Amino acid sequence: MRSSSFYASYQTQHQAKGKAKARVMPLRIAHRRSAAPKTKDRRTRATTTRREARREAAAGRCSSSGLPRSGSSTPMESSPTRSSSSSLSLPPSPSDRQGRLTTTQLEQLRVEQEVYGIYRLFHGVAPHTRSFMVELWRDKHIEFLARGLKQLGPSYHVLDANRPWLCYWIIHSITLMGESVNSELEDNVVQFLSHCEDKNGGYGGGPGQMPHLATTYAAVNTLITLGSEMSLSSIHRENMLKFLLQMKDSSGAFRMHNGGEIDVRACYTAISVASILNVLDDELVTDLGNYILSCQTYEGGIAGEPGSEAHGGYTFCGLATMILINEVDKLDLPSLVDWVASRQGVECGFQGRVNKLVDGCYSFWQGGVLALAQRLLPIVHKQLESSFISGVQASAECKKSCNFTAGETGQDENLCRAGTSHPDNEGEKLSDFGFSSIGRQTECGPLFHSIALQQYILLCSQVLEGGFRDKPGKQRDFYHSCYCLSGLSVSQYSWSKDDGEPPLTSAVLGPYTNLLEPVHPLYNVVLHKYYKSHEFFSTL
Amino acid sequence: MPSSVDEVDRIPLSARPEWSDVRPVPQDDGPNPVAPIAYRDDFRETMDYFRALYLADERSRRAVDLTTEAIGMNPGNYTVWHFRRVVLESLNADFHEERDFLDRMTMRNAKNYQIWHHRRWLAEKLGPEVANKELEFTKSILDLDAKNYHAWSHRQWVLQSLGGWENELDYCCMLLEDDIFNNSAWNQRYFVITRSPLLGGLQAMRDSEVGYTTEAILANPPNESPWRYLRGLYKGDASQLISDNRVSELCLKVLKTSNSCQFALGLLLDLLCYGFQPSEELRAVVEALRNSEQDTVSSNLAATVCLILEITDPMRSNYWAWRRNNLPSQVR
Repeated sequence: MRSSSFYASYQTQHQAKGKAKARVMPLRIAHRRSAAPKTKDRRTRATTTRREARREAAAGRCSSSGLPRSGSSTPMESSPTRSSSSSLSLPPSPSDRQGRLTTTQLEQLRVEQEVYGIYRLFHGVAPHTRSFMVELWRDKHIEFLARGLKQLGPSYHVLDANRPWLCYWIIHSITLMGESVNSELEDNVVQFLSHCEDKNGGYGGGPGQMPHLATTYAAVNTLITLGSEMSLSSIHRENMLKFLLQMKDSSGAFRMHNGGEIDVRACYTAISVASILNVLDDELVTDLGNYILSCQTYEGGIAGEPGSEAHGGYTFCGLATMILINEVDKLDLPSLVDWVASRQGVECGFQGRVNKLVDGCYSFWQGGVLALAQRLLPIVHKQLESSFISGVQASAECKKSCNFTAGETGQDENLCRAGTSHPDNEGEKLSDFGFSSIGRQTECGPLFHSIALQQYILLCSQVLEGGFRDKPGKQRDFYHSCYCLSGLSVSQYSWSKDDGEPPLTSAVLGPYTNLLEPVHPLYNVVLHKYYKSHEFFSTL
Repeated sequence: MPSSVDEVDRIPLSARPEWSDVRPVPQDDGPNPVAPIAYRDDFRETMDYFRALYLADERSRRAVDLTTEAIGMNPGNYTVWHFRRVVLESLNADFHEERDFLDRMTMRNAKNYQIWHHRRWLAEKLGPEVANKELEFTKSILDLDAKNYHAWSHRQWVLQSLGGWENELDYCCMLLEDDIFNNSAWNQRYFVITRSPLLGGLQAMRDSEVGYTTEAILANPPNESPWRYLRGLYKGDASQLISDNRVSELCLKVLKTSNSCQFALGLLLDLLCYGFQPSEELRAVVEALRNSEQDTVSSNLAATVCLILEITDPMRSNYWAWRRNNLPSQVR
C-alpha cells in the first residue's frame, strides 16, 4: 500500500477507513462559509492560486534556514485561564499610561478575538459540522503537498537555498499521514538530493551550493523518511563526518557552514545527523554540552546563543542535543520544564517566547520539548529533590548541601546537578543514546494539554484548502504544515505509555482516523522509518 | 554600488558588453528534479552568471556587483553571501560602503540569518568606531519590531565585542516604559545587569532590580516577564531567594489583591520547594483561595498550592499535578 502512488493509495486507504461519506455534507457548508465560490471559472481560480503561492513564498521569506524561525511569532500568557475570557487583564496601573494598551497587548488581543471567534463558532454549530471541523482533511493536505513536490511557482525563488528543506517538509508531512511517495518519485528525490550533496560531504541548499548543516539535516531526514536501501546508502557517511568536524568550532559549538554563523541550531543539526547515521564520536561532542548549557537563560528555556532570549525552537534544539550526547542532566531541567509548560496559552496552542503570539509551528518545537521531558521526569524529579535547602540561613553552606556546583566552564551561573543519572547507560556508544532514549515506558501523562493543542492545530492552523498555517489570518506554507502535523502526532501519542503504542480514542481529538504516524521526537522522523534506518546504519 | 536592479529596468547580463566574456553555468538539477522552482528569466540568468564566477573564483569588482543583484533577488542564498565576503576581502574593499548596502538590505529583510551574519562580519572589520552606529541601527530595526530576535542578538554581540554599554540600561528602561510586556527588553535588561562592565554585576544590582521588578509586577500581576526576571535575579542562589522577605511579601500582596495569581502561586511553590517557611498570614491567604468544593484536603501548603493551580490554570493541570506528586521529600 505504501509503495503505490501516494495519492491513489491515499484514496483507497481513505475509503477503506469508511469515513468518506460522513464528510461530504459539512464540506459544502464550510465551503459556503469561507472558500471561494464554486462558480468561479478556471482562469480566476488559477490566478487566485498563483497569488496564494506568492503570498506563501513571501511568508517563507523570513526563514532562510528552515529550522525554527528566530523571528517567527510566538503568545502572551497573561492570565485568566478560561478560554471564554480574555487573557489580558487590564488593570488601571500607576506605571501604565492611562487607558493605553501596549503593542504586545494589542496584538495579543487581536489574536485572541480571532481564535475565540473560531471556538465560539465551533461550539455553536450542529454536531456533524463540528465533527467535520475537527477532522484532519487528509486529501486536501496530500493534494497541497503533492503539488509542491511536482512544481513550485516563481515566487519560491526566495527558498532557492532551502530545497532539501522543501523535500523534508513535504515528504515528512506525507509520511506522517501514513502515505508514501511512489517509487519513481522516490528515485527522483534520492537523485535530486545527491545533486545537492557536496563531493567533500554534507548537503547544500541546492545543486552547486556550499554544504550547510541545516540543509544537511533536512536531506538526511528526507532520505531516512524515504527509507529504501538505495536512499539510505546514497549518503556518504565518511565524508559526512569530515564535513561535521570541519563545522566544529573551538568553543565546542558548530557553525552552519564554512564561515557561517554559530548557534544552537547548528549544534542540533550536526549532532542529529551524526547520531542517526551512527558516526557520532567524542571529537564532535567535546565542549558541546557546556556551550548548550551557556545558552540556557534565567527564564529556563534555551536561547540561540549565550545571552539571547529563551526561545521554543532553540529550546528544542538544545534539549535534543543534550539528550543525544548524554549530558542532559547538566541542564536545569525543572526550570526548563516550567518555562515550556507555561508557553501553552489561552489560544490552546504554544507561543515561542514569553509574551509573544501563538504559532502552530511551536506545536512541535515546544510540544516536542515536553514529549522529550516526559521521558526525563525521573531526572527532573531528582533535580527538584536536591534543590531543597535545609536551614535557610547560611547561603554558602546551603549551596553545598543542595549540591550546587559552580559551572565547570567558569560560567557565572550555578546549576543544580542531579549527578550522573544514567548508570544503565554505561558502556553505551555515543550514537546509541538516540535509540535508547525511546522504547522506555513513560511514567506519567503529558505535561501539556494535548487535547487543547490538537484543537488549536485542527481548528486554527488547518486550512480548508489543504496545508497548515501559523495562525488564523496567515497563509499556509510547507514549513507550518510539517511542524503542525509533527506537533499533532506528538500530542496524539502523548498519553501512550510505550513509544509508538496506539493511543486510546480519548487521546485523539476528532475521529480516530485523524491518528498520524508516531515520530521519534529527537530527530522528528516517523518512528518506523527511524527503526529501519537504525537497523541499516548500526551494522555499518 | 548599485542596489538591487529593478526588474523592469533590468538589462539582461547577456546584453551587457562587460559580461560578454563570461559563459553562464546552468544549474545542474539532474534529469528529474523534485520541488522544482519555476524561476523567472532574470533570476535564472543571474544565478547562471553567479555560478560561472563562483566556480572560476573570480574576485573582481563585477563579482561584487553580481552578488548584489543575486542577493537582491534571494537574500537567503548563503553561498552568494559567502562568496561576496571572500571577494570583498580580496579586493580590500571599502567596508563603509558595504555598510550602506547592508542597511538597505536589512530594512527590507529584517528576519534573515544571512544578512545579520554578514553584518557581524562587517562590524568586526570596522571595529569599535562603529559600535554606536551599529547600536543606532539595531535601534531603528527594533523601532519597527521591538522583539526582532536577530536584531537583539546583533546588539548583544556589538556590546560585547565593540562596546557602547553606556546607555544600554536606559534603553531597556525606555522600551519597558513603552511596553512593559516586551520580554525581549526584559531579557536585554538581564543581559546588561549581569554582563555590563560598567555595572557591578548581578550581586551589586540585585537590590535595585528587585525594587524595579516588584513595582512592575504590582502594576501588572498577569505579566509573566517580570516574574521570570525576579527569579532570574536569584539564579543559582536559591537560599537568597527564599530568605529575601521582599519576594514572599510580593507573593502575599499579589495573592491578597489580584484575582489572577498563577505566577504568584508558581513562585510560592518554588519557594516552598527550596525550603521556604511561610508565615501564618501567607498560609491563610492560600487556604482562602482553595475552592471549598475541592474534596482533596491537604495539610501541606505546597500541595495546596498545586491543587489550586490544577483548578485555576487548567491548561497546565497535568503539570501542576505532576509537581504535586513530585514535591521534594522534605516538603511532602
